[in-house]
Amino acid sequence: MKYIALLYGDPEMGPGPVPGTPEFMQMLSDYQAATEAMAGAGVLIDSSPLQPPQTATTVRVRDGETQLSDGPFAEIKEQLGGYYILDCADLDTALRYAAMIPAARYGSVEVRPVMVMGPH
Amino acid sequence: MRAAWWPAAASVARLCGDLSLAEDCAQEACAAALAQWPRDGLPANPEGWAVAVARRRALDQLRREGARAGKERTAAREWAAAEPDRSAIAGDDQLALLFACCHPALDPASRVTLTLRVVCGLPAASIARLLLLAEPAVAQRIVRAKRKIRDAGIRLRVPGPDELPARLSSVLHAIYLTFTEGHSPHGTDAVARDDLCEESLRLARHLSRLLPDEPEVTGLLALILLTSARSAARADADGALVLLADQDRSRWDESRLAEGRALVETALARHRPGPYQLQAAIAACHGDAATAAGTDWRQIAALYSELLRFDPSPVIEANRAVAVAYAEGPAAGLAILDTLAASSRLARWPQLHVARGALLAQCGRREDAVTVYREALALEPAEAVRRHITSQIAALSAAGAPDKEN
Repeated sequence: MKYIALLYGDPEMGPGPVPGTPEFMQMLSDYQAATEAMAGAGVLIDSSPLQPPQTATTVRVRDGETQLSDGPFAEIKEQLGGYYILDCADLDTALRYAAMIPAARYGSVEVRPVMVMGPH
Repeated sequence: MRAAWWPAAASVARLCGDLSLAEDCAQEACAAALAQWPRDGLPANPEGWAVAVARRRALDQLRREGARAGKERTAAREWAAAEPDRSAIAGDDQLALLFACCHPALDPASRVTLTLRVVCGLPAASIARLLLLAEPAVAQRIVRAKRKIRDAGIRLRVPGPDELPARLSSVLHAIYLTFTEGHSPHGTDAVARDDLCEESLRLARHLSRLLPDEPEVTGLLALILLTSARSAARADADGALVLLADQDRSRWDESRLAEGRALVETALARHRPGPYQLQAAIAACHGDAATAAGTDWRQIAALYSELLRFDPSPVIEANRAVAVAYAEGPAAGLAILDTLAASSRLARWPQLHVARGALLAQCGRREDAVTVYREALALEPAEAVRRHITSQIAALSAAGAPDKEN
């Protein structure tokens, strides 16, 4: 089954390690280790960090007209910062990998199955 | 026949990975048993009989659906069969079903509901009555949980040795919640709901047969036995709660106490203590005492300290305080409770103030006791507790002597 792991920051826990500090370097190497473990096990389909929410543009089409607005579609406290797409045997396996992602320590990781669209 | 439900449902669930079909087939097997056993006599192996009937129904159903291009279900079946579980534990299918129903990815209330439905085979109407919920709410909870198991890819399997302790605690917690809801039900005047307690006892008993070497499983079974042994003495003729100290100990169930005691000893001898074993050991201390005064409170206070290492919750600290009060005098216990009342979210817990009231009264501070009991009343406690508080206030007021007398 395919799963997407959505990485959220937690404003209550602060911004996390600051670039340039040893903690930041440790976090980067933890990300690398997690990603390599997933790739090595053959479950990793894709993963990326995202540019910050201020760079987002939201698109809506209303009455046939395209409307653009600056920023993410909703002001939510927990900001989406990246994702992993995994192909795992079951939820337990996906959750085990999700727990390896540093964002799980600094914020939270939401794991959702990707819907399989059957042939019609 | 109730005993045959779990194996029958488990076997079908494992066969096809479909909990709804498992439920239907287990139900049909039980209905068939109801029709045939009284007529033809009990089969030599009732469980095996029910499993065979349920599996046959399931295969019939799958064949019929296969003919109608039931692709989704075929896929589910292949998926479920893709990686056969190689674990050698007996009753593997049954454990797999229980572990799926109590998966930590489901919310705790749903785990209890789903377990009562799919593992115990209780109809939604009975579960609604037991948990004091509306039947549609129960039905919806079951549907949602089953859908999550299917769509999120929760596999019916027994967790491997590395995951077993964490996953087992979720299973034990669901059984424990079932028991506590029976022992101290919400939203009702009843002191207890024995049917729910018995259901949790059945589950714990069966689980301990499946996992005989897990001390926490044995501990939970012992805890349920030792606690439920006192149930006949917990309510008076009017249905009001009778506190442990005031209970008629001749009404305790001696056979449950004996079985529970023996199980606690077996579990603790494994030297892997855990919260259920410790709670059972505490219950055993109470069970051992012929009179309230003869209780080994020092031992109980020590066990609560040990329990705090596993679960550092203010409720356990409050219980320890009561044990300390008995062992070392009311003032020592009161000091712990006052700290809790001042600092923790427990301040809104009526029982804390009930305990404070009792210790204040013992210290001879009757007016303070009444004030604290009134605080407890203001927090809208359960009906049985409310009646207890009212009677305490009446007794203190009748005694009427002013504090200064001391």
